[in-house]
Amino acid sequence: MPSRVADRDTAPPPQENVRETSAAAAPTRRRRNILGGLGGWVWLVVIILPIYYVVITSVKEQAGFFSANALLPPADPTLANYELVLHNQFVRYFFNSVVITIGSVIPALLVSFMASYALVRGRGRFLSWTNSLFLLGLALPIQATIIPIYYMITKMHLYDTLLALILPSIAFAIPITVLILNNFMRDIPRDLFESMRLDGCSEWSMLWRLALPMTRPALVTVGIYNGLQVWNGFLFPLILTQSPEVRVLPLSLWTYQGEFSVNIPAILAAVVLSTLPLLVLYILGRRQMLSGLTAGFSK
Amino acid sequence: MSEILSRSRRAGRAGKVGRAGPSAWLAAPALAFFLGFAVLPMLGVVLLSFTNWDGLGAITWGGLTNWTHVLTSSVTATSLWVTAKIMFFSYIVQTPISILLGVFTAGRQKYRTVLAVLYFVPLLLSSAAVAIAFKALLDPNFGVGPALGLPVLAQDWLGDPNLVLFVVVFVIAWQFVPFHTLIYQGGVRQIPASLYEAAEIDGAGRVQQFLHITLPQLKYTIITSSTLMVVGSLAYFDLIFVLTGGGPGISTRLLPLDMYLTGFQSNEMGAASVLGVILVVIGLALALMLQRLGGKDRNVSQLEGA
Repeated sequence: MPSRVADRDTAPPPQENVRETSAAAAPTRRRRNILGGLGGWVWLVVIILPIYYVVITSVKEQAGFFSANALLPPADPTLANYELVLHNQFVRYFFNSVVITIGSVIPALLVSFMASYALVRGRGRFLSWTNSLFLLGLALPIQATIIPIYYMITKMHLYDTLLALILPSIAFAIPITVLILNNFMRDIPRDLFESMRLDGCSEWSMLWRLALPMTRPALVTVGIYNGLQVWNGFLFPLILTQSPEVRVLPLSLWTYQGEFSVNIPAILAAVVLSTLPLLVLYILGRRQMLSGLTAGFSK
Repeated sequence: MSEILSRSRRAGRAGKVGRAGPSAWLAAPALAFFLGFAVLPMLGVVLLSFTNWDGLGAITWGGLTNWTHVLTSSVTATSLWVTAKIMFFSYIVQTPISILLGVFTAGRQKYRTVLAVLYFVPLLLSSAAVAIAFKALLDPNFGVGPALGLPVLAQDWLGDPNLVLFVVVFVIAWQFVPFHTLIYQGGVRQIPASLYEAAEIDGAGRVQQFLHITLPQLKYTIITSSTLMVVGSLAYFDLIFVLTGGGPGISTRLLPLDMYLTGFQSNEMGAASVLGVILVVIGLALALMLQRLGGKDRNVSQLEGA
């Protein structure tokens, strides 16, 4: 969005604008938005109710579960369900998820960053062709390609390994990563490159010493986005793995559902446990994550 | 697309020092991954659609049999119809809510920030977790419905073919509205405050400001979000797979699910590949169509955000 991007460059903090004017023009701007407020609270209930239900159910005893009112917290909360889940290989699944997430996100960022640098600063038919291909990739539904991927992974003897999940995840993270990085890379002032070049810098050192620091916020943003996608991914694990040794968290929820089919509190404890790590990260890095995603996607 | 291309070309020429820019080889690793695990499979699915394969044994040439079989099947027709319905309803439900919430959370008041923090929690949950939570929640015997004592709410939400589609649309909204709210929040915060000041002086009310400033200014954000939402609705697979498994009957068997069940449960990879090709075609067609809607001069912007 060229024009708006330009605005952002020269007047970086649109947020500040909002704050200033709402403070300065307080008397007129502060008319109450009753409908908006009401809608906001209603949506909060919609969001919170399922989460509340999951959490209180997960600390209920299985025996009392069927008779108790579903919305009332239990009189004597128990952690037995959590114990049960943790004894069922949960730690291993967690660790597998960590491996595939880090193993996909870091390489995807690295290759996309190098590609974006070439795409924005370089020229030639090869690069423009590559760029179009990545753009096209955005509209490609992952599901459509899963059968050939399954075939390839089997032929490569990678079926039922963590690498089988990592390789396609990297590929499908590339288009969006390149695109968001391009948007930021383009905003690096040309003069900076010129002056570094006059100082005798090679392209390679410009890449690491100028482009990398300048695009760091974008790298963090798109890293978080890709991380969430891979961490929560279900299709690749469902199709490309089988053994419990390589099972990842989202798939483990699905299998718990089969194993504990009558023990709903235990299944919901697994749901809570699988979300907890992300929730902790969210609480710690919320500002960075939300503002990064907002900027990355509306740029 | 052409915009990006011409821009990068111009950028290249502007480097008057005369030396070449970075080596195009820098793009090679990304390209290799993408060709290997996205483009090649996309071509592979076309090839496989003309073969017979059970997923394990040998692959044999099947000609057009899969195509005629799939295209004349009533299940395919149903799944296309289900896909269209889910896409349509989830779009018209999610978009207004996301825009309103985006505008609402773009305000800087403290309590809105607190609300927004909670709004975005669903972003963290996997589709599998969301589906399992709602399955328990909607249970007609010990879910929330009976707990509230309202018989209306104690329905067999997931077992009734007439209700299930709307439940699915609701759960989709629950999971994905937060993400689109975030996009709109960013869009709203980029609207220059001076526009509102001017409108204020002209005596425009809140609703008028929303209709005449906010909405038009959000045009490209709307296109970005719409593209993601529409193309993304082809990816609701996980959620629906865990929530309903396509049932009851085939009432929520949307295209990607139909493909999975055909390929990995009925072991008809050839027929499933036909469905894969149809998915690719629909995905690309929708993206191009939305791109058109955005206007020719801007034919990249909406994809830029995607």
